[in-house]
Amino acid sequence: MRAGAEAEAPLLHPEWGTNVAVAFTHAIGDVEEAFRQADTVLGETFHIQRYVGMPIEPRGVVAVWDRRDGSLTTWNSTQVSHFVQQGLTVALDLPPHKIRVIAPDLGGGFGTKASGYAEDALVPIAALALRRPVKWIEDRREHMMGAAHARHQVHQIELAAKRDGTILAVRDRIWLDLGAYNVWGVVLPYNTVAHLIGPHRIRNMHVDVKAVVTNKTPNAPYRGAGRPETVFAMDRAVDCLARQLGIDPAEIRRRNYIRADELPYDFGMPYRDGNPLVYDSGDFPAALEAALAAAGYDDFRCEQPSLRERGIYRGIGISGYVEGTAIGPFEGATVKVDLSGRVIVATGAVSSGQGHETSFAQVAADALGVPLEWVTVVGGDTATVPFGVGTFASRSAVTAGNSIADATGAVKAKLVRAAATLLEAAPEDILIEEGQVSVRGVPASAVPLAKVVQASIPTYAKPGVASPDFEATSYHHVPTVTYASAVHVAEVEVDVGTGHVRLRRYVVAHDCGKVINPIIVEGQVHGGVAQGVGGALYEEMAYDDEGQLLAGTLMDYLVPTSMELPRIDTVHLEFPSPRNPLGVKGLGEGGAISPPAAIANAVEDALAPFGVRVTATPLGPSRVLELIADAREERVTPRSRGERA
Amino acid sequence: VKPAPFEYHDPRTLDEALTVLGARGDDAKVLAGGQSLLPMLNLRLARPAAIVDLNRVAGLDGLAVSGGVLHLGALVRQRALERWAATECPLIAAVLRFIGHAAIRNRGTVAGSVSHADPAAELPALFVGLDGAAVVRSHARTREIAAHELYRGPLMTALEADEIVVETRWSLPAPGTGWGVHEVSRRHGDFALVGAIALVTRAGDAVDRARIAIFGAGPTPLRASGAEKALAGARATRDTIVEAARLAAADLEPDSDIHASARYRRMAARTLVERALADAVALAGGGL
Repeated sequence: MRAGAEAEAPLLHPEWGTNVAVAFTHAIGDVEEAFRQADTVLGETFHIQRYVGMPIEPRGVVAVWDRRDGSLTTWNSTQVSHFVQQGLTVALDLPPHKIRVIAPDLGGGFGTKASGYAEDALVPIAALALRRPVKWIEDRREHMMGAAHARHQVHQIELAAKRDGTILAVRDRIWLDLGAYNVWGVVLPYNTVAHLIGPHRIRNMHVDVKAVVTNKTPNAPYRGAGRPETVFAMDRAVDCLARQLGIDPAEIRRRNYIRADELPYDFGMPYRDGNPLVYDSGDFPAALEAALAAAGYDDFRCEQPSLRERGIYRGIGISGYVEGTAIGPFEGATVKVDLSGRVIVATGAVSSGQGHETSFAQVAADALGVPLEWVTVVGGDTATVPFGVGTFASRSAVTAGNSIADATGAVKAKLVRAAATLLEAAPEDILIEEGQVSVRGVPASAVPLAKVVQASIPTYAKPGVASPDFEATSYHHVPTVTYASAVHVAEVEVDVGTGHVRLRRYVVAHDCGKVINPIIVEGQVHGGVAQGVGGALYEEMAYDDEGQLLAGTLMDYLVPTSMELPRIDTVHLEFPSPRNPLGVKGLGEGGAISPPAAIANAVEDALAPFGVRVTATPLGPSRVLELIADAREERVTPRSRGERA
Repeated sequence: VKPAPFEYHDPRTLDEALTVLGARGDDAKVLAGGQSLLPMLNLRLARPAAIVDLNRVAGLDGLAVSGGVLHLGALVRQRALERWAATECPLIAAVLRFIGHAAIRNRGTVAGSVSHADPAAELPALFVGLDGAAVVRSHARTREIAAHELYRGPLMTALEADEIVVETRWSLPAPGTGWGVHEVSRRHGDFALVGAIALVTRAGDAVDRARIAIFGAGPTPLRASGAEKALAGARATRDTIVEAARLAAADLEPDSDIHASARYRRMAARTLVERALADAVALAGGGL
């Protein structure tokens, strides 16, 4: 990939005159001066392989052309049904109201299904041409070859530090492999840059970024979207620096993490949405301490030397990130109460297994005062909400959640006014609780919510107490992203005879703002960690030098199963975001960001007596045993380098 | 799930099956458990014109021991052997537990794996390690092929196109034989990157006879004959084992693939042979 960026490389798109689709440099502070002042400099090159979302359900499209009214309905396993609708208005030359796109409950999305694909248009075009329904389902091989790939970066990173481990500056040359086309503009390169510093108080940064096109399947944002790669480079570099200085990896982070009292913390650069990059809330040192405590870090460090004497090589690794979540500008939500008093919540946010049906029902039920089971959530149907964006970038809880809360509030206000007329009381005295409407202090006045709707329908005798459409739509605007954060700690055991890495334990201490539903939050964290473990230890979308895909089946592309995953302990730290009324932050991607860095740090820690340096993933047994063998050949006898008491 | 079109035959007798196979020869493939063939069909890596499904042929699922030899009909499922072996031959049970997952072993047959000849599979290595033999029939004749003559290369055997393995025979280890089996796979249930099976009998402090079978480290399962010779009569010490493992690995000529380099396979084979031998020597009694 880096060779493709060189001037003499054969051109993929000759009309461009280069294979570098995106190139920029960016700086904050004075890096040159910081490097001059440094006591020590750490330089290393890290490689993050190409690995992908791999939803269990491949893509699929069904299209039906209705020649009676000239309308098209298409069911599409997309994360972005309103975007597909917009695309189809152009492709089919039809107005939006003649095109209904329904994204049913998806069997996984992960970003893979947030891209536009040719089949999104081709299947509807075929339905129009044939005047009959057309169905297309991708098989696994097609998915692996044709659906968006992800990751694959190289970081040539340098840290300038003081003797005590204080990091003064970071310099990073970054190469990203885009695959054959640049589908996503600056999204991946800029995400990579905006998340490099993470929780560290580093005031000086210089980056030089090149995003390169190659003869491979195009890449797209996948759960983390540049963050796992950049966090891998930074957290690996921090560990290498710690070893170079003889400082414990936990301690060097204590010295460099931004403190809670420094928030809001302004980086002096814009985020991807053009707004200033300012951390809004959180407590990174608290997350670090919580994760270390839950992992039993101190006990581990006490036990580690005696285990090594018995030939048991265990290591522990830390990684922390701060993630801009919930990019705007909005999500649409329509809330209505029907004749039975039941609630329908419709939103442009598509659910792909993360439990929108539960979380959004909670938001609406709490805001309105009805039982949870009275709420039905419909996601990703363009006929139910006029404008929407979709589910990606850890955005739905913030953008859709707040729109749902706003719209529910508007519906409730109208219900209160109608109930006040019906119950002959002042609106401020109306209570709605558990689906019952009553006058405050007069329990006997209680009527079911349905009664208020029914009383609003005009009869022959009289008009209703209000117009009966208890419905509101909201497009809550977010000022910019909100910053979720976490510290992950991984414990591994390495079999130094076979190179096999066993993940013994995994801890996540995270802040996603106000937690709507702890079980769903844990599930999201677990799923993300599983995909991060895949990147750390198993998954690689390998190509040979001729551009031939070598990992075209799930026997070659290894997704971790429950058998490969350890117990995952989750510590919830709730620092509500000041940037939205619910105080929530995005969560979907976070779990996947830190595992490659945390696990690689743990493997290097386990193998510290050999002096191994881990610079690439996945850490399959072959790579690990070769690292050990290379280190042994270099130094003949293992010695304890950087071993900590 | 979309194989290229094929003719499907489901004979009720072995003669019928052999007749179809005799007529179609190279164009036909025999289907038993289907755990390897069906994925290959679905990926169109195999495009046979005809499939001869043995599953309805009666009388091929016998499991019997006579004179220290285990006789397994062509349709004996891996799980059936595993259940039998749990009490009768723990080595075989231990080897089988490395094969995929229980659901795969419920369907997969012993003879199917033996004749599919995947060099990374456990059963062909055990077959070679236990000096097994395959009873093979065609319409014209019945013959026996010794395990060490069966394997010619990856997925290649001495079987002719019109032949079916109707029975596999396994010489059960004599009482007192120690054994060990170790493998490395990327994930639980994956094919081994490399693996080793060892059998050891002892005469006092010395090794009487050692057998070492290695899989995943060459085009076929291999016996480490150099290491076996070095062990015969040698004192059963840690040094002897380490040296034997070194010898076993030195003879290997493995390939590289996306999961492991050739260098890795040699290094890991050495570790695994060492561990399998250490287990076998310990189980054979006397300790190290």
